[in-house]
Amino acid sequence: MPVEIWLHFILGFMIIGAIAALEIKDVLSAIIAVGIVGLGLSVAFLFLQAPDLALVQFVFEILCMIILIRAFTHRKEHKIDLKSNVVLVAIAVVILSVVFVLGIFAFKELPSFGKPIARIAERYLTKGPQETGSANIVTSIILDYRAYDTLGEITVLFTSILGAFTILRVIGRKQRR
Amino acid sequence: MNEEKGMTIIVKTITRFTVWLIFLYGLYIIIHGHLTPGGGFAGGVIISLSFVHLTLAYGKDFFLKRHKISTLHNIEAGGALAFVIIGILGIAWTGSFLANFISTGKLFTLKSAGVIPLLNIAIGAKAGTALYLVFYYLVTHRSFIQKSESEGEIK
Repeated sequence: MPVEIWLHFILGFMIIGAIAALEIKDVLSAIIAVGIVGLGLSVAFLFLQAPDLALVQFVFEILCMIILIRAFTHRKEHKIDLKSNVVLVAIAVVILSVVFVLGIFAFKELPSFGKPIARIAERYLTKGPQETGSANIVTSIILDYRAYDTLGEITVLFTSILGAFTILRVIGRKQRR
Repeated sequence: MNEEKGMTIIVKTITRFTVWLIFLYGLYIIIHGHLTPGGGFAGGVIISLSFVHLTLAYGKDFFLKRHKISTLHNIEAGGALAFVIIGILGIAWTGSFLANFISTGKLFTLKSAGVIPLLNIAIGAKAGTALYLVFYYLVTHRSFIQKSESEGEIK
């Protein structure tokens, strides 16, 4: 079977999971339905032959699931009451249909599947192992050609842990009393 | 093992067999980041997942008895600092930031690719401890809320 059929199957499964996450009233079930989206994305990366991305997506999804379950399921009321407003639903349907129609025109202009137009990627693929000495081309890109981006990602992680530490710390509050 | 906290004895026994395998797999992913799929971020998340595994099975006090939380903060900040220092050493040797100043070596061997394995190790130390710290703070914050609610001091 060609890979496109599998991709369509996985993407449809992810859309169903996302809709289920919105509609389910129970918080734990909604979190697990969100997990379907991330794990389906990981499988889609595997079918597209990108094991680096699949590995990162898989482990991050598991960590996010654990954090979400630990952080959001301790409250006593697990249920969320959703009242559907007719006007809001109508506005959402109109916006979605406009985006869908515009998206059809936009995707016609894109290059076809599997034929990249970026010329700089060719240099990475052909000369990457010789220039950086790294057998894994993804690593040679993110840590040699695009190392500034990785520095930015590290800064984001550093800032996030600083924010979590500042907001959620317990010791500081106890000492002040 | 005698503590009441954490999960049942079945989970604790199996955790003792699995947690070091997960930790070693994370180290393998980090060290072989320039040869096989993966790298600093993926391996760091796997290492932090092994810590999370331990915390979930044995309760959150288990980890704190053996390691200070400030040690994790130091490792985390040290990883970020090591990344920047390697970048500045690139300026000193070759003139541009984060340049490869060690010889790239032979392809497909462990000692190859110059500074890329060092950067992978720095990122792995950073990501592994940072993501565990986020998890740890969320868990302790939850117990803090429950304690203040039971004492009737809701602000």
